[in-house]
Amino acid sequence: MTAARKLLRRIAPQLITLVAVILLVSLYYPDFYKVVLVNDRLVGIPIDVLKRCAPVALLAIGMTLVIATRGIDLSVGTVMAICGAAAAWSIDQGYGLWGALAIAGAAGLVCGVWNGILVAVLGIQPIVATLILMVAGRGIAQLITNGTILTFDSDAFSYLGSGTLIGVPVPTVIWILTGIAVGLLVRRTALGLLIEAIGVNLRASTLAGINSKVLLIAVYVASGLCAAMAGIIATADIRGADANNAGLWLELDAILAVVIGGNSPLGGRFSIVASLLGALIIQTINTGILLAGFPSEFNLVIKAVLVIVILVLQSPRLMLLQDPVHLPFLRKRAAPTPPAEVRK
Amino acid sequence: MNVHALPLYATILIFLLAYAICIVQFPAMLSTRVIGNLLTDNAFLGIVAVGMTVVIISGGIDLSVGSVIAFSGVFIAVLLRDTGLHPAAVFALLLVVTTAFGAAMGGMIHVLAMPPFIVTLAGMFLARGAGYMLSIDSVPIDHPAYEAMQRAYYVMPGGGRLTLLGVVMLLSVGIGMIVLHRTRFGTNTYALGGGEATARLMGVAVGRTTMMVYAFSGFMAGLAGIAFSVYTSAGYPLATVGVELNAIAAVVIGGTLLAGGSGYMFGTLIGVLTMGLIQTYIVFDGSLSSWWTKIVIGALLLLFIMLQKGLLRLRVSA
Repeated sequence: MTAARKLLRRIAPQLITLVAVILLVSLYYPDFYKVVLVNDRLVGIPIDVLKRCAPVALLAIGMTLVIATRGIDLSVGTVMAICGAAAAWSIDQGYGLWGALAIAGAAGLVCGVWNGILVAVLGIQPIVATLILMVAGRGIAQLITNGTILTFDSDAFSYLGSGTLIGVPVPTVIWILTGIAVGLLVRRTALGLLIEAIGVNLRASTLAGINSKVLLIAVYVASGLCAAMAGIIATADIRGADANNAGLWLELDAILAVVIGGNSPLGGRFSIVASLLGALIIQTINTGILLAGFPSEFNLVIKAVLVIVILVLQSPRLMLLQDPVHLPFLRKRAAPTPPAEVRK
Repeated sequence: MNVHALPLYATILIFLLAYAICIVQFPAMLSTRVIGNLLTDNAFLGIVAVGMTVVIISGGIDLSVGSVIAFSGVFIAVLLRDTGLHPAAVFALLLVVTTAFGAAMGGMIHVLAMPPFIVTLAGMFLARGAGYMLSIDSVPIDHPAYEAMQRAYYVMPGGGRLTLLGVVMLLSVGIGMIVLHRTRFGTNTYALGGGEATARLMGVAVGRTTMMVYAFSGFMAGLAGIAFSVYTSAGYPLATVGVELNAIAAVVIGGTLLAGGSGYMFGTLIGVLTMGLIQTYIVFDGSLSSWWTKIVIGALLLLFIMLQKGLLRLRVSA
């Protein structure tokens, strides 16, 4: 009971923001809530939002873990392009659905291990370490697709992007299931706590016996795998791999989702649910701007204003939010391991 | 031997070596024409990298510069189209706007105590969005002063053209060198990059220096925007996407330590020229695809970061 209430208190700002954005959009577009069943698939704006936010939501799951360790993964958009290209290439080569998934997943894994080794073993700042793959990765993706948009014809594979499961779009199912799986993995075990410990103080947690190197690599691998899933969905959706544009600037949206989710960019306490709500907020704004008939150029300015407002609210110097949830450092000092929090 | 300068020497050596390899394969690359084009084509990148160098040496990062360049182009084009202002007046106005924009970001970074990365990300969205609001389409610039600027060049021996843009870039690097290595502001910047707490204890006005660092970067981004608009004769809000990454890459290849506190302005010039050289080589070769540029730049980035890591260890053990 208290755990549920704590969670609700944690995600309350994001929920309120989401509701406010939806209300605002529905003022301009009263049909917003209408969801109908057409040809065994649910159709409506809310469903559309839930489907379109899939890549950003998946990236945000991995990014939340990375940011919780005081890191950042700039390469996720590029990894999406690499994995999408790898998937399309394997379909093209006749490896079938499972072969394509395995190869794309392996590509994401390798990218994650690469970033993880640069950060954890070689000790390079995360922003720089992942910048290397961000710059070089698009070249690698283009190498795979040979510079063209690699199209393929596989109904089984494109089902992952445009199919439905009991009326619900498959991408939606994938990101929600992934969110639940990762959420359970980090919260039902001590993993989440250990990740937070690394983010708060890497040296202290290493001295306390946490295998921070392995954990850091694992976090970047998780981000790489999430990016691989996002890349597969994006590729399956358009039935083609576009090495230039797949996942372009999505890393920024993913970071934005995490920041809107109230996770401090300085590392420490994190919430995957809140990040996912952040992804929903971003997509609702994107869709809402289109529906309301505003020119889409407002989109970036609104995002910028959102970031600035959140930064002001979260600033450790201003401390406008006195809620200790947002001040992981102070909280850790007051109560080292609150048991209720571990169980969530 | 100065350990700090080792990355700079390595950069210069790699550039000369790469150039020598290019010349062996394509003797035509040893001409003032190639050098002139190298300077002209990379002018805006070089100018913006000067600002980025200062930001990175201060221990920060500025992701907004690509958007600011695009905004500058649109701002100039729209103002020249809709008002009777002379380009010089428009340029002055623009530089005031971008400098103030940079200063505001610097102020936010200091006051909010937030990572520069996230604050300048907001700035990136804001500048790009502001560019869109001015115009969604590409706006051509048709002004006699622009034609004059494009025609202004000095013919070097060998037929190469040292254009106005190239000269502006070299001047920017020169001014950057003076600002960074010969002024109190430059020294403060190095101190800030070495460690904020230490810098404060030594009496550096941290807030003011942070603001000035980002204001300088904003000014240089505005100047790069002017150079880019002269280069393309148009303003387009979708232009120069990702230039901030190229600028960061150029600074790192130039031997500046990304953690801040160490680096040389001259190295950045070499970094920009190295990146330009890779592109020129691919053009000369003709069979290589353009995506090799990205892979080679990524590999160079890795090489220099590893080199710096090794040097850091060397310095700690020494």
